Amino acid sequence: MVIYSLTFYLFSSVAVLSALMVISAKNPVHSVLFLILSFVNASGLFVLLGAEFLAMILVVVYVGAVAVLFLFVVMMLDINFVKLREGFLQYLPFGALLGIVLVFELGILYLTDRSTNIYNNQIPLEPVINEIENTKMIGQILYTDYFYLFQICGLILLVAMIGSITLTLRDKGGVKRQSIVTQNTLEASNAIEKKRAKLGEGIE
Amino acid sequence: MINLEHYLFLGAIIFTLGVLGIFLNKKNLIIILMSIELILLSVNINFIAFSAFINDISGQIFAMLTLTVAAAEAAIGLAILVVFFRNLGSIEVNKINKLKG
Repeated sequence: MVIYSLTFYLFSSVAVLSALMVISAKNPVHSVLFLILSFVNASGLFVLLGAEFLAMILVVVYVGAVAVLFLFVVMMLDINFVKLREGFLQYLPFGALLGIVLVFELGILYLTDRSTNIYNNQIPLEPVINEIENTKMIGQILYTDYFYLFQICGLILLVAMIGSITLTLRDKGGVKRQSIVTQNTLEASNAIEKKRAKLGEGIE
Repeated sequence: MINLEHYLFLGAIIFTLGVLGIFLNKKNLIIILMSIELILLSVNINFIAFSAFINDISGQIFAMLTLTVAAAEAAIGLAILVVFFRNLGSIEVNKINKLKG
């Protein structure tokens, strides 16, 4: 039990500190790296909660795809980040006040017994061997009860993919491209032109 | 003794940090997108904590839906950011009304 608590506090404190660094780092590359650290620690917390599949998905999807995409964009674009930090200190007192109030209110909400005490059965510290494992359980329910949700997830990803491709696609001038239609509809009558060359002059 | 409130507090703190990130870096579009990712992460923590403490697997399914939406949102947001930077040469949010049309 003590080790469980210590692990929870370790993961959660690192996650919170790195989330703090995400919003306060001067260099956006550092921000992205701290975002990765935060996500890895959150996936550790998911393992503690017994959601191993989600933990692995979080590492694969976030750290492997989204964070690397962020890193790619930050490094690809040549942005003046110093100019973008103007106003950070100006809004800091107001923002800090607002954040403290928000955390306080959420904490008050959670500390009232009505909301949470009905759920307070303890999670088992060690996974029971005979029990069906997490991934299988998700699979059994995902493809039956939540099948439409699963399909809609695929549709969302398709729309996102098409949207980002159409947004960033652009036609550059002066690039020669192959046109299959033109090639296939070509015939000898419109492809070959006969001209009579005058003697000693040639064809322009 | 770790129970549900601890996880909910963690989610609340990360959520607040995400909201604060939007407030403080109101010019930098990249940091704003990362703050939205943090907010969605806190939502995921809440979903999975409730799912574990109620012993109901459905919360994890919804956490997967959140993850999908977060990935799609990041892709679209970064695509818009790239187009915006290509047109204006900067990513300041207060110039973003030039994108209209």
